[in-house]
Amino acid sequence: MLARIGLEPGDEDFYAGQLSGILEHIDRLQQLDTEDIPPTAQVVEIASRLREDEPRPCLSQEEALANAPAAVDGFFRVPSIQEET
Amino acid sequence: MTDDLTSLTIQEASRLLRLGSISSADLVTAHVERIERVDPQVKAYLRLTQQLWEKQADDADRKIRRGDAEPLAGIPIAIKDVLCVRGVETTAGSQILRGFKPPYTGTAVARLFEAGAVMLGVTNCDEFAMGSSTENSGYFPTHNPWDLDRVPGGSSGGSAAAVAAGEAIIALGTDTGGSIRQPAALCGVVGMKPTYGRVSRYGLIAFASSLDQIGPFARSVDDAALTLSLMAGYDPLDSTSSDRAAMEVLNNYGAGVKGMRLGVPREYYDVQGIEAGVKAAIDAALFILQKQGAEIVDVSLPHTDYGLAAYYIIAPAECSSNLARFDGVRYGLSEVDAPNITEEYSRTRRKGFGTEVRRRVMLGTYALSSGYYDAYYLKAQKVRTLIKRDFDAAFEKCDAIVSATSPTVAFPIGSKTQDPLSMYLCDVLTLGGNLAGLPGISVPCGTSNGLPVGLQVLGPQWGENVVFRVARAYEEASEMKAEVATPVPSPHRGEG
Repeated sequence: MLARIGLEPGDEDFYAGQLSGILEHIDRLQQLDTEDIPPTAQVVEIASRLREDEPRPCLSQEEALANAPAAVDGFFRVPSIQEET
Repeated sequence: MTDDLTSLTIQEASRLLRLGSISSADLVTAHVERIERVDPQVKAYLRLTQQLWEKQADDADRKIRRGDAEPLAGIPIAIKDVLCVRGVETTAGSQILRGFKPPYTGTAVARLFEAGAVMLGVTNCDEFAMGSSTENSGYFPTHNPWDLDRVPGGSSGGSAAAVAAGEAIIALGTDTGGSIRQPAALCGVVGMKPTYGRVSRYGLIAFASSLDQIGPFARSVDDAALTLSLMAGYDPLDSTSSDRAAMEVLNNYGAGVKGMRLGVPREYYDVQGIEAGVKAAIDAALFILQKQGAEIVDVSLPHTDYGLAAYYIIAPAECSSNLARFDGVRYGLSEVDAPNITEEYSRTRRKGFGTEVRRRVMLGTYALSSGYYDAYYLKAQKVRTLIKRDFDAAFEKCDAIVSATSPTVAFPIGSKTQDPLSMYLCDVLTLGGNLAGLPGISVPCGTSNGLPVGLQVLGPQWGENVVFRVARAYEEASEMKAEVATPVPSPHRGEG
């Protein structure tokens, strides 16, 4: 559900078998005591940089929309987020 | 005659170009003819970029005649299908991006264009760079030029195969768990993954952002080093790119290995599933390095057995987040006839993503979901710390780490596709380098059962020059130059 990927007939069995095999392998991590170990999210120490908040050249509206599956009046067409009642 | 022009290194080609013996247009023509002849079997390229090569070769020839040629002037290059090139269809090997033409060129590619490179085409890869065989491409599998019934490795299999088959002099790939080094090994060419942050990722279609790096494929260590030096360095468009000097990757790299300490991790040397022929080739390489004056030292990476598990949480977690952008609104495939927005997303993504990508997105969203986050994602990030500490401790005892790149030589197409875990194990010797952010290279080191074996050299962070130094000393002493394959069907060999 979170993945927002539809399932077709047979998908569930196919993935259930494979994913449980992978998760079984992954479960070996639980053997390690990591109580006092800090997590690593960023492996190379690079200081955060700031830049001036100034306008810079960017894509034109036309370029930005060039790959859109559907555009309306210079905007992306997005699906409606509320059901019709 | 023209085949003579498709087995050159950058150095050799540049010399001929500068002498005026050939033009860049000649070099391109020779490569295009070679592609027309061998690519129907190898299938390294997804698309050719004629408009681009005509213009770039013309520019190169003009500059060469004027005597102000850039370092890569006129050199044919192939680009993996995950690197955006303005106006050139770029699809990450996925049907979901079919027809996508980026409105801009990524930094690494732009820098190589500025350095004079001539783009021949876009190379095939596993969809969103997820895979170790290029069989997960949303278009077609690529074949190993040394044995067409076998895989070229992956995910950058098209780039590796293109260089191996004489279809480009250099190529760009990306490496998230081994996707440059492993196909380089399986195709018998040089492949280099830089330190995380060495090359800007701007314009790279992201897979796992804390692991991805762009790097070169080449026929010699010199060519790989030169290419890296031209695309490295700070880019304001990637906040994780380092401001260290690009040229430091070349520091002293021709100095040889005399007096260097080369660590052999016992967990890598005896890794589960390593083939006898691969081990024999590595032993021979260690012997050569020792004869050149290197000291071989025993080191340990005790958490090696946990690397794959940590990787297969972190990489899918990051991929599930990165691939959330494929919603059918701004670009790519769109299934608009759905009854509601959720259904529209679900149908677009079910149709557009292939089997492996769907599997990883599911795994990643599961590992990140509340209730499982601590047990999976946080745990994996802590294990990542342990793996990094293993490497830190090993580099106290040695200057560089050497091992096989892949436990096996190229395997038959279709032999691992039904068992994802067996495919994931292809990267067991390379993914540690990504988790720890290290630079690594694979260089040709002989054959096993007639198929190429790769020697991996890993260095400490920012130690590209150390990696190149060991690789170059080995290349020189072993005379193990990357050769150009003549693609042939499988010669009925036994399983090695």
